[in-house]
Amino acid sequence: MYIEVRDACKHFIQDGKEFIALDHVSLDIEKGEFICLLGPSGCGKSTLLNALAGFEKVNSGTVRIDGKEVTEPSISNITIFQNYGLLPWRNVLKNVELGLESKKVSKEDREKISKKYLELVGLSGYEKRYPKQLSGGQQQRVAIARGLAVDPDIIFMDEPFGALDAITRMKLQEDILRISKEEKKTIIFVTHDIEEAVFLADRIVVMMTDPGRIKSIVKVPLGAHRDRTGEDFLYVRDKIFELFNIKTEGFIEYYI
Amino acid sequence: MKKLLSLKNVIVSVAILILIWQLLFSVSNYDKALFPSPKMSFDALIEMISNGRLFENIKTSMYRFVTGYFSSVIVAVILGLILGRLPKVFQYINPAIQLLRPISPTAWMPFIVLLFGIGDVPAIVIIFIAAFFPVLLSTVSAVGNIDQTYLKVSKNFGIKQPELTWKVIFPAAFPQIANGIHLALGTAWIFLVAGEMVGAQSGLGYQIIDARNNIRADILLATIIVIGMIGILLDGLLKLIEKLILKSWGGVE
Repeated sequence: MYIEVRDACKHFIQDGKEFIALDHVSLDIEKGEFICLLGPSGCGKSTLLNALAGFEKVNSGTVRIDGKEVTEPSISNITIFQNYGLLPWRNVLKNVELGLESKKVSKEDREKISKKYLELVGLSGYEKRYPKQLSGGQQQRVAIARGLAVDPDIIFMDEPFGALDAITRMKLQEDILRISKEEKKTIIFVTHDIEEAVFLADRIVVMMTDPGRIKSIVKVPLGAHRDRTGEDFLYVRDKIFELFNIKTEGFIEYYI
Repeated sequence: MKKLLSLKNVIVSVAILILIWQLLFSVSNYDKALFPSPKMSFDALIEMISNGRLFENIKTSMYRFVTGYFSSVIVAVILGLILGRLPKVFQYINPAIQLLRPISPTAWMPFIVLLFGIGDVPAIVIIFIAAFFPVLLSTVSAVGNIDQTYLKVSKNFGIKQPELTWKVIFPAAFPQIANGIHLALGTAWIFLVAGEMVGAQSGLGYQIIDARNNIRADILLATIIVIGMIGILLDGLLKLIEKLILKSWGGVE
């Protein structure tokens, strides 16, 4: 299996109490899959993502990518953050070139590659702008272009559209779905938005809280072009709703 | 329009100051030689300008100031960038800094004069000390306050030292560092005069001592005004540089 999580456990000490973020989590992901980690805050979805991306280590169990144990972040697996992580003192082009600089790509090639990916995310002509001059959605597009520019195998996205307004979010969802098919990347996407997960994922990993664990994994048999109001879409969405409903009444109240 | 308004403010403010001075001069019974009028001080200023002494002293003082201030800023920023990344080490260094920081740089003066003699060096050392701690501490705290996302992104994209420092950490911390550098300018200028009053035979600070020794209160007051004006000019100049750098740093102000 391409990505392999076996019996991963992770706990934190919070206010003197032990908090179990991951409780014996196992998960297999194939190359090229679009996976959404879905669940409420505290279900360990971000912890799992951080463990996969190499920012945090699990206390026990193993996390392997392509057969190799994950110990630190790597330039072949790029993480996109909710707050974009653009460097405000660099203009858009220079931001996209950031990763290429460490890969020792020549100056001309850096510019060529960066412009190509800026075009892909629909930001041609914005090269000389600074992040502060862009809207949140545009900034996240720059971050996506910067990630794609180093040609990673996997893209991790940690609630990347959480800070955006609903309409911008839908646009970006469409774009990331298109890009994931065009560029054939494996994408692991953390969200707490059920519709977002149904719209994007090949498989949805539904997680539950206290302790953080996988409740079930739902296949989304909807193909590449998805209609948010289509019957199939609503059917899958309802299935996920049910999954959360089964848990407890109070939980749903908090969630919706 | 805004500039014109602020110019009006300056003129009115200075006029009030001179008026109060003139008033105090008129009602007080002090000897004219001890408490001169604005007019007398102005004449003394003209005298100093025309005999070249003022510019000679300004030149000497500026040399000391620029040397002390910039060497201090450079050393403090470099040290701050290193210590900011080593919070565990800084925990052991910080208490010593906190012990040394509240000591007025002038308290070191006798010691510095004993070691270095009279001349340029004591004034430079005083300015160095005066600027050092504010810049060092603001740099350490700026580095500690960097958005963790920048560091995560750098790690993810394989940016390692020393690139990490000059590509990410320094620019990310720069606005807060610039704040410390700016604050230190005022402090350093204040201590230049103190340093020259004790440890030098030239410069604006010495000119004050010299005026006192010759009981030339008019020269003394004129020098004080010149010191104040240069302080304002330096501050304005730094503000301008800061603005230019920050503008290129973030695109928009």
